[in-house]
Amino acid sequence: MPKVKVARKSVSLDMTAMCDMAFLLLTFFMLTTKFKPEEPIVVDTPSSVSEIKLPDTDVALISIGKDGRVFFGLEEQGTKLKMLEEMEKKYQVTFTDNEKNEFKLLPTFGTPIGGLKQILNMGTSERAKVNQPGIPCDSTNNELKDWLIFARAHNARPLKVAIKGDKDSNYEVVKRVIATLQEQNANRFNFVTNMEAKPSSLPK
Amino acid sequence: MAEIAQGQGRAKGKNTRSRTSTKIDMTPMVDLAFLLITFFMLTTTFNKPQTMEISMPDKSDKKVEQFVPESRTITFILGKNDQVYWYAGDNTPGAKVQQVEMRSTAAIRKVILENTKQVLEKTNKDMIVIIKALDNSKYQNLVDILDEMHITNQSMYAIVNIYEADKELLANNFPNSL
Repeated sequence: MPKVKVARKSVSLDMTAMCDMAFLLLTFFMLTTKFKPEEPIVVDTPSSVSEIKLPDTDVALISIGKDGRVFFGLEEQGTKLKMLEEMEKKYQVTFTDNEKNEFKLLPTFGTPIGGLKQILNMGTSERAKVNQPGIPCDSTNNELKDWLIFARAHNARPLKVAIKGDKDSNYEVVKRVIATLQEQNANRFNFVTNMEAKPSSLPK
Repeated sequence: MAEIAQGQGRAKGKNTRSRTSTKIDMTPMVDLAFLLITFFMLTTTFNKPQTMEISMPDKSDKKVEQFVPESRTITFILGKNDQVYWYAGDNTPGAKVQQVEMRSTAAIRKVILENTKQVLEKTNKDMIVIIKALDNSKYQNLVDILDEMHITNQSMYAIVNIYEADKELLANNFPNSL
């Protein structure tokens, strides 16, 4: 009886194709990921059952801290530059080209226009340590209003306004921010919240 | 992958240099690549925050300030320490003001649903909810009550500035509330 010969095959398989694919996906995800920008203020948002997502671009984000400080954030760099130039004219301050470049890259800020120069001249790590006083937005001195007006006027596409308030901030500050928005007819805005599960049934 | 036949050179005895294989074990590299993919995949998808859309009436448009029939309204006043005060109808001095704790969402939901039912039976129309907040109430409570509007499917609700009459009403009924 002849012996049955089993053909021996190598157990190591060719992983080149798998490796190619893995790196392709890796490159894709690395390029599309946007890391959370460093925020100078910690905001712990309340949660809601709302399921609408905040768009990635064309959003003016007003953050309200626990202690009532107001911060302003915008991604669009071109709009920010024009916004700063308008503010220069209105408040009689001048910024150097270097400072303007810094401002373009700054995601969020919260100082009166007078203190902005100082913040812009700091290094990133130094800036993170400084306690910014917040943008004034009361009836006597409302710089937030001006930032918003210029941002909305110069953005190429319609700008969405989002309010990101801390759970424990007083309604008084929120009221002032809403009033500022209403003054310039920005009657539609968003509250940024965390996700929360919707209750499955309602009591009868 | 290019495979190089080994051993032929040695057979002739001239080329004695030992040839190492050009095949490398790619397993660790693939492992690492997949680990990184998983990391980036997870960080990208869970990044977007949720939002709640709010529409306020146009201030310059006088027509918006319309008359609200008191038989259809319920007013919630957000106070300090997570307290909510509510009354149905008008804010005349005799109005019956009641207190609920904001943390017990079930109690608030019950108030809303019961009143919706009553209004629907009486007037055959939807209830109108008016939300007023004292300056020392927390933002969290505002979001919570708006959330309740969502959950109970209220079609008409508005955030309104608080009037002096409301404050007086509160002061009379709950002296510690202001």
